[in-house]
Amino acid sequence: MALERLNLTVSDGEFLILVGPSGCGKSTALRLTAGLDKPTSGEIRIGGTVVNGLAPGQRDIAMVFQNYALYPHMSVYRNLAYGLRQRRTPRAEIERRVRETAELLQISELLDRKPGQLSGGQRQRVAMGRALVRKPQAFLLDEPLSNLDAKLRNQVRGDLKRLHRELPITSIYVTHDQVEAMTLGDRLCVMSKGEVQQIGTTDDIYNRPANTFVAAFMGSPPMNLVPAVIRSGILHIGGAAVTAVASPNGPVTVGVRPEHLQLHSAYADGMVPARVDFVEPLGSHVLVTALVDVRDDSLPGTAAQTRVIVQAPAGNDWESGTRIGLVMPPERTYFFDAETGDARRSRERISL
Amino acid sequence: MTKLQLSDVAAAPVPTLAHSDAPPAPPARRRRWLPFSPWHLVLIPLTFLLIVPLLWMLVTSLETEGEANRFPPVLLPERPRFENYSEAWAAAPFGHFFLNSALVTLVVLLSNLVVCSLAGYAFARIRFLGRGALFVTLMATLMVPFQVTMIPVFLIVKWFGDNVWAGLGIDHIGALMLPNLATAFGIFFLRQFFQTVPVELEEAARVDGTSRLGVLFKIVLPLSLPALSTLAALTVLTSWNDFLWPLIVITSHDQMTIPLGLSYFQGAHRVKWPLLMAANVMSLLPMLLVFVGAQRYFVQSVASTGLKG
Repeated sequence: MALERLNLTVSDGEFLILVGPSGCGKSTALRLTAGLDKPTSGEIRIGGTVVNGLAPGQRDIAMVFQNYALYPHMSVYRNLAYGLRQRRTPRAEIERRVRETAELLQISELLDRKPGQLSGGQRQRVAMGRALVRKPQAFLLDEPLSNLDAKLRNQVRGDLKRLHRELPITSIYVTHDQVEAMTLGDRLCVMSKGEVQQIGTTDDIYNRPANTFVAAFMGSPPMNLVPAVIRSGILHIGGAAVTAVASPNGPVTVGVRPEHLQLHSAYADGMVPARVDFVEPLGSHVLVTALVDVRDDSLPGTAAQTRVIVQAPAGNDWESGTRIGLVMPPERTYFFDAETGDARRSRERISL
Repeated sequence: MTKLQLSDVAAAPVPTLAHSDAPPAPPARRRRWLPFSPWHLVLIPLTFLLIVPLLWMLVTSLETEGEANRFPPVLLPERPRFENYSEAWAAAPFGHFFLNSALVTLVVLLSNLVVCSLAGYAFARIRFLGRGALFVTLMATLMVPFQVTMIPVFLIVKWFGDNVWAGLGIDHIGALMLPNLATAFGIFFLRQFFQTVPVELEEAARVDGTSRLGVLFKIVLPLSLPALSTLAALTVLTSWNDFLWPLIVITSHDQMTIPLGLSYFQGAHRVKWPLLMAANVMSLLPMLLVFVGAQRYFVQSVASTGLKG
């Protein structure tokens, strides 16, 4: 089963992102909405009407495909006009709307060309245009930027954002790129293995991840997840007592984002001891990958070490093997259930 | 040969990625001892073998009867006798044969394009109960030679003539069309091609409000013109040249097609070779034109399905 118990409402004019790794069911969800696939059970409503029995063409939705799916034998003009023609729109009206849309997307000079004569970016805009020109109730976008090169993708992402501000049409946008997801969406729906992991704004997803999957999937580099154990109110990582926490005793997964971890070249009490593995300079800052000893006698079966990525100021260089101490800022440290991976309900504060 | 080239590439000072994509390495070219591919030494004599009968037919059609019967054969007539053509045309109702052939071919062609498109599309894209089994059965009929099925087909056609409409029955050109309105090969061939049309295009068209049939006619078929042309060329050729089936079902002169008419022409009188060959040339002309125009598609049909048409 590709999707299970998916319950999702997109409000009018909202830009909702479905994000998740490949095979998580996000495309299936989109295709079900479009009517290209049929659900085995459940109900799909668009604008309050149940559309399960309607053909894709009757649902008043437009879709942008990953490979654009422009009709190769038709000119750009005919590609844009096709959907309107199918709906028997008067010729003058078609002409007006195609010109208007082409103007908006700056493809007016391309109207006589065939898709084969366009660049990737131009094709992408034509594909957007073909959806826009119909003024549908909803937009469905299936990874529309993934066939563009990185630079163009950033630019088109901005264009999309502006476009949605000007024409706030309800949109569902599928992507596996978490940067796209976080920058574009009003709301994000993180999915994995056919199930919704978390729905919320970028801020919710980034700062209040519901479970270890969301924590590790969103953010680049992802959140560090370290197995630990709380014994009589003290957090232990790899046998070293780190700090006192107001959280129930037992095994726990600790999560800290690389940009929130603080790196100290001298180890002191309350820090997590680690050793530098390698350093990746990025100009504005460096990413230090360190190894943290996490073996704990009370946690059978855990690996001896775990990799942790720390974002540190540029200009620092650490030899491989250097001993360092990591500080986890209490307000930026998350606790997840060691078994289920779910976030522990109230965000505990680490009190020193 | 290949081995040599590979070792040459490996020995090159900077074997870059682009290098491996490049056409055959230069050293191999230097070793050429002929200004053309050695294959030509085999292919040219073979072509000659194939073309000789055609040339002979052409030559004979321009000879006098005396020249045609002489031994050793006359390779160049003293004075080309073009009257053979007009005489041959007058000797039998060839105009009528041509018309019959053209009519049969046209109907069979149109019907094949329409029916095979519909069936091929269904097999390619629509999921229905028994699709796999049906397709395998269809494929299996490709393996059965016509000689095996011709008697049952004859009986079926006769039944149609007796019970449905006399124009479809024995000794009517309808009988030449009926069994060939759709072919298993055509369905298979188009299905293979339709499967290569990106499914997203069809989905986009459906989201744009096109019906299933509309998708076929507005999106898939315009993109399948090469395949349709190939099928058209093959169908025209097969239908025009068909001899065995007309021989079985047609006896009246006014229902005969060209190939049958030619054999009738041959049997009715003492064989006048120049006239017979002139008639042959005339009957071949339309097909030669089709072939010259559609040569590319014939090659494609063999290359794209791995089946002989």
